[in-house]
Amino acid sequence: MLPELSHEEILRYSRHLLIPEVGLEGQRKLRNSSALIIGTGGLGSPVALYLAAAGIGRIGLVDYDVVDSSNLQRQVIHGTSTIGKLKVESARDKLMDLNPDIQVDVYNEPYTSENALRIAKDYDIILDGTDNFPTRYLTNDVAVFLSKPNVYASIYRFDGQVSVFYAKEGPCYRCLFPEPPPPGLVPSCAEGGVLGVLPGTIGTIQATEALKVLLGIGEPLIGKLLLYNALDMSFDFVRLKKNPNCRVCGPNADIKELIDYEEFCGVPSHDHEEGSAGAGRDITVLELSERMKTHHLKLLDVREPHELEISKLPNAVNIPLGQLAARLSELDSADEMVIFCKSGSRSARGLELLASAGFKKVKNLKGGINSWAKEVDKNLPVY
Amino acid sequence: MTVLRIPTPLRPYTSGKSEVKVSGSNISEALTDLTSQYPNIKPHIFNEGDELRPFVNLFVGEHNIKDLQGVSTPIQDGDKLMLIPSIAGGCYCEGKTRINLMLPTKRGGEHVT
Repeated sequence: MLPELSHEEILRYSRHLLIPEVGLEGQRKLRNSSALIIGTGGLGSPVALYLAAAGIGRIGLVDYDVVDSSNLQRQVIHGTSTIGKLKVESARDKLMDLNPDIQVDVYNEPYTSENALRIAKDYDIILDGTDNFPTRYLTNDVAVFLSKPNVYASIYRFDGQVSVFYAKEGPCYRCLFPEPPPPGLVPSCAEGGVLGVLPGTIGTIQATEALKVLLGIGEPLIGKLLLYNALDMSFDFVRLKKNPNCRVCGPNADIKELIDYEEFCGVPSHDHEEGSAGAGRDITVLELSERMKTHHLKLLDVREPHELEISKLPNAVNIPLGQLAARLSELDSADEMVIFCKSGSRSARGLELLASAGFKKVKNLKGGINSWAKEVDKNLPVY
Repeated sequence: MTVLRIPTPLRPYTSGKSEVKVSGSNISEALTDLTSQYPNIKPHIFNEGDELRPFVNLFVGEHNIKDLQGVSTPIQDGDKLMLIPSIAGGCYCEGKTRINLMLPTKRGGEHVT
């Protein structure tokens, strides 16, 4: 039995009721449906806003982060007034303001093999707005095991991908990507960054697909992958087939329960100590500041050239991380060296690379130039 | 000549080019042409045994070469080839996204030091 709509709801959803493909019955279907959104970041923001506005009866939000000012360039569900608040609470407040008739359930916890099935089992559809491989494989496997559609999207700089992975009717994420890139081969995330509006474009397409699936209208992107590029303003579609050898949804599937996804991907999915190269290989900004007074240290900046326009340390040599392996001959392993980047993560990888190439006298600047800007030279901006 | 579309994450290895013209009568020849024009892209799409890496998908028009004849899939002038990588992002957050890179490898995967 679908719920009846109140007069207020009929007025609120009037523009939906006028579309024959939605109509009163469709709106009642939406009122009766539920969607779980993994992540309330760049993709999760437009997804949650539009699904709430559309009148999905129950929305679940999973995130464990807090709102930071650097999120606001793209995560439009949050605001300046919610900086420092839990993302799920900031998002819930916005959604309840947008549409008080719906129910918003929040899960302020990392989405893991321990809690994912419990969280996802009572929702009709799952929307993947995560930012890392372990959680993507987890989200896929949960959707396959629970026979739920998984509306997938992923973004990088100007590129976006969208598909609906629904193993009951088509391929799953693992059919296309049986395994993640091994650590050591993800193509240069080092430069990072994303055009703020890109998750808006892609997340809105995700929300569109979710509404189509829930309403049972149109042709959802099941068995199709949309590839978007903002610079070319190109939309390309490719066909995806079920992989007969798929380890989770194929006829001979051997993965029958959730696994350790961090181990599977060889990378962490959740925050570990940020910007550290590990015991004995770090130097703090205060230690560096002291040491520079008495010692000649070589400073190696592995950020991208355009980041140097934001902040730089005097006399530092710049070799972007992606070029480091090819430009080792420019460095002398006899030098005492400190390697740094924005916040210490890229430089930690750079240190690993240098160590494997025989450089023994290198330390990683913990927290990167941003820590230096906070603790040593407050004239530098933090970015 | 066939046009091969390069996704953003792989463009650093094609001098920033979004499309590369490649020649060959099948996928294998086209990729050999690609890697001879841009040797730095090779470790990102091939493994040490010169096989396509499992997380790299190559499409001819709308179809994955895995659903056709793999690297033996014939191609013709005017076909549109697309490399599709797996990308993790939902939003880029330094510290959460592990940054990876590798040393250039000699044939056989031995590190050049």
